[in-house]
Amino acid sequence: MPVDFRLPALGADMESATLVEWRIRPGDRVRRGDVVGAVETDKGVIDIEAFDEGVVRELVVAPGTRVAVGAVLARFEGAGTREAAPPAAPAPAAPPSAQPAATAAAPVAAPAGPVPLKGAGRRRVSPAARARASQLGVTLEALEGTGPDGAISLADVEQAAAKLPAPAGGHSMQEAIAAAMSRSKREIPHYYLSLTADFGQAAAWLEAYNARVPVTGRLLYAALVLRAVARAAHEIEGFNGHFVDGSFRPGAAVHLGVAIALRGGGLVAPAILDAESKPLAALMADFRDLAMRARAGRLRAREFAAPTITVTSLGEIGVDTVFPVIHPPQVAMVGVGSLVRRPWVIGDTVVARPVLTLSLAGDHRVTDGRRGAQFLDRIRALIEDPEAS
Amino acid sequence: MSSTTITYREAVREGLREALRADPRTFLMGEDVGHYGGCFAVSKGLLAEFGGERIRDTPLSEATFVGAGIGAALGGVRPIVEIMTSNFSLLALDQIVNTAATLCHMSGGQFPVPLVIRIATGVGRQLAAQHSHSFEGWYAHVPGMRIVTPATVDDARGMLAPALASPDPVLIFEAISLYNMEGELTPGAASGDLDHARVMRPGRSLTMVTYSASLWRGLEAATTLASEGIEAEVIDLRTLRPLDTATILASVQRTHRLLVVDEGWRSGGISAEILARVAEQGFYDLDAPPARVCTEEVPIPYPRHLEEAALPNAARIVLAARELAGHAR
Amino acid sequence: MSAATVITRERALYLLGEMLRIRQFEDRCAQLYGEGRIRGFLHLYNGEEAVAVGAMQALEPGDAVVSTYRDHGHALARGLGMNPVMAELYGRRTGCSRGRGGSMHLFDAARRFYGGNGIVGGGLPLAVGLALAEKYRGTQALCACFFGEGAVAEGAFHESMNLAALWHLPVLFLCENNLYAMGTALALSEAQTEVHRKAAAYGMPGESVDGMDVLAVEAATRRAAARARAGEGPMLLEFRTYRFRGHSMFDAQLYRDKAEVEEWQKHGPIIGFTARMKTAGLLTEDDYQRLLATAIAEVEASVKFSEASPWEPVEDLLRYVCAEPEPA
Repeated sequence: MPVDFRLPALGADMESATLVEWRIRPGDRVRRGDVVGAVETDKGVIDIEAFDEGVVRELVVAPGTRVAVGAVLARFEGAGTREAAPPAAPAPAAPPSAQPAATAAAPVAAPAGPVPLKGAGRRRVSPAARARASQLGVTLEALEGTGPDGAISLADVEQAAAKLPAPAGGHSMQEAIAAAMSRSKREIPHYYLSLTADFGQAAAWLEAYNARVPVTGRLLYAALVLRAVARAAHEIEGFNGHFVDGSFRPGAAVHLGVAIALRGGGLVAPAILDAESKPLAALMADFRDLAMRARAGRLRAREFAAPTITVTSLGEIGVDTVFPVIHPPQVAMVGVGSLVRRPWVIGDTVVARPVLTLSLAGDHRVTDGRRGAQFLDRIRALIEDPEAS
Repeated sequence: MSSTTITYREAVREGLREALRADPRTFLMGEDVGHYGGCFAVSKGLLAEFGGERIRDTPLSEATFVGAGIGAALGGVRPIVEIMTSNFSLLALDQIVNTAATLCHMSGGQFPVPLVIRIATGVGRQLAAQHSHSFEGWYAHVPGMRIVTPATVDDARGMLAPALASPDPVLIFEAISLYNMEGELTPGAASGDLDHARVMRPGRSLTMVTYSASLWRGLEAATTLASEGIEAEVIDLRTLRPLDTATILASVQRTHRLLVVDEGWRSGGISAEILARVAEQGFYDLDAPPARVCTEEVPIPYPRHLEEAALPNAARIVLAARELAGHAR
Repeated sequence: MSAATVITRERALYLLGEMLRIRQFEDRCAQLYGEGRIRGFLHLYNGEEAVAVGAMQALEPGDAVVSTYRDHGHALARGLGMNPVMAELYGRRTGCSRGRGGSMHLFDAARRFYGGNGIVGGGLPLAVGLALAEKYRGTQALCACFFGEGAVAEGAFHESMNLAALWHLPVLFLCENNLYAMGTALALSEAQTEVHRKAAAYGMPGESVDGMDVLAVEAATRRAAARARAGEGPMLLEFRTYRFRGHSMFDAQLYRDKAEVEEWQKHGPIIGFTARMKTAGLLTEDDYQRLLATAIAEVEASVKFSEASPWEPVEDLLRYVCAEPEPA
């Protein structure tokens, strides 16, 4: 039976060699241990030996040829004193793929940074200060740091928070919100738009989807709204980003702030990161997770620091339309009212239809009503046709 | 029971004595440990007390008596190898790194090496470059060994027993400049564990992480700093491998500022490892860039004033701490 | 050349069989290496079989053995199974070192086989310590330390010889002088090339032995072991031998003549012993073929075993670094 004689690997880092000469000819009988030829390597000329018995049938490679380790040099016809070796692969039988092993070392904290904003001038803010600023609603852009090169520290942030107009006393959440909202209304020229979307098709789609998945995977209508806002904000410029130092810096991704009411009063609006690229199920899961952690007081600093646009909903309380107050340095906020059944005209007929009122607060320094209308309309289109998005 | 005042040297000797009495398999082996009484007088009197089989003077053959220590440990006895100083440990580096630290792994777990090596380390008084090295940070780079650095008399005495009980190699680095130091043994102190750092002085302003002789430099600096309203929390690492990262991180979480003091050189030393870990795991707690005070990048010079200027002395520590704390102002 | 030795047929078959096992194993390793199934460094023992096999006859199970990177012969002769040794070369979990060490790092606690060492001369201090432990424990066990003649240049050789002699330790310093330390001929690196004479500098007896004669090796080692067990201290044996293959696989052997290799091969340990035993009427050609076939079959079985053995999972990467896991 035919046996391939291949160029052996003679060293750990040998990859190829040049055949210098054959010591055999077709028809010769070869025994185990016979030197059949010589190859030239980086280290010099090395004899190669046969490990099997047989008769030389064919010399495949001619002297002077450079071949890779494992290439067939000759063919023998042999019974062999042992079973023919399985076709010798040049590479060894694959060991488990060398992935980075799970180690017992303490996990490396790998947070996503704050929104990568375009534009010049990186401010020096200590990580601790940045986290605290988010918590207290202090805008770093307005701060003067007292560290070297104007670096902003915890103390700078805490002093700034203390100076925000607020009733006497410490840093309660209510006071922080009051401070932030006052500033928003002082600095941001708001304009408002609203429209009502037909939720009929979306409702049917949701029902069909939820019938197919286990209870834990069911979507709320909020997920459709969040996805629509994220996509629209990603497509249409002017609503996703931060207004800093007199200019608008669009966000590279959509970190979607979601306003969450806390039991016992108070409101937080942490972000779902990279919302524009997340599928519905992921958005739903993130939303649930944020809400749970917000109420348990376990939000992470970066979730506070990150939002590039926020959505707020008072739907479950029964409000038709929300007129939101933008959270600086964001430049837009989308309000979502209750999902209600109302009379609706389809063709010439009046029918009962589930509808949803969406509203937009926009920063007139960045966008105008026309652009705002396009944005709202895009959201509506994405909601009304869930399949398309 | 009242506490006892002893020197660090006497504390080490006590630890040795206790170990030799407790286990007949234990013996001390190294250059001049017997008849000379130990280069730093640590083993003075032990030859008379325990005899020549238990206190063995070796020839000047670091590679071989360290290797022999490994072999003896594998063979079921309990050698304590003394390498005169970390400077000379370089002659045994192959045995330490290529055998002691690796044998367990290369043999698939069959041959752990229960060896203790005591090494005197760091600067003395104007001993010049070849006799002043601090290589404990270097050794901490190598998996397969424990590296401990007793800084107090409690640890000088109490770390030997758990080291002997460990199935793995333990290198105990005793600071040469601490041998004469007096301290009070804590009455009834349990043998020191080998896994944890200890907060020696609590504080709110910054976290000062250090070990061995530099612990006392740091504490001296902390006293000065306190008078300026800067309260340094001083942590004695006690062990460089494994590093007690949890204690460091917990402290930085409170103070938000980190200062490492290390008698090794800064480049690629244990201070670099600590800074890296805090940057990795405590990034969001930092209110200022982490800082370190190390021996200046120079082989230790001979003249006194240059030697002192090179070391992480209390004055340099105070300056660095002020700057670190000043980020808040 | 040793004097005529009385030996039974059974003994002759056993010794030849042991040498053949090693030779067949090494040849198969060469082939497997060429196929890429064994990787890294591979140092083969062809030509030196009489030293490992002969010396091991003088050892007891309670003795310790220290070897070098050219350790397959010592491991097999010491009694490590061929399966775990081959599996170790394959890097599989069933290897004698769990696949962690490879060719140069064969270990076996049960047989007191302390490796396998990639550092020339690195095992001598270890051997001194192992012998020291035996002395402490008051046993009659000794430590047999194999090393090549290249190691006599290392400081550790001199330190170890000195310390062993000074403390009167039961170490057998067994030098396999195959005349080349990798590519350097002995005469180019040693002022005194008669290795056994170096023992005198340490107040230790030294003897030169024909390393191609398994019976001579056995006899000399037994004498040295008896001395050590009787508390008379260490001894240096220089076995004059030769390796038929290169230093390791990737060796063009530019440093020695092919004619020299061929000449030594004619006087190899297996050829020589077989001829003598045949002449003495203790062995037939059939016996030889039978022993050869048995050896080949055992080697093949070990290859099959290794090919089928599992790898250690990557999740276990950090195990076995220490006996106890690090807290950090």
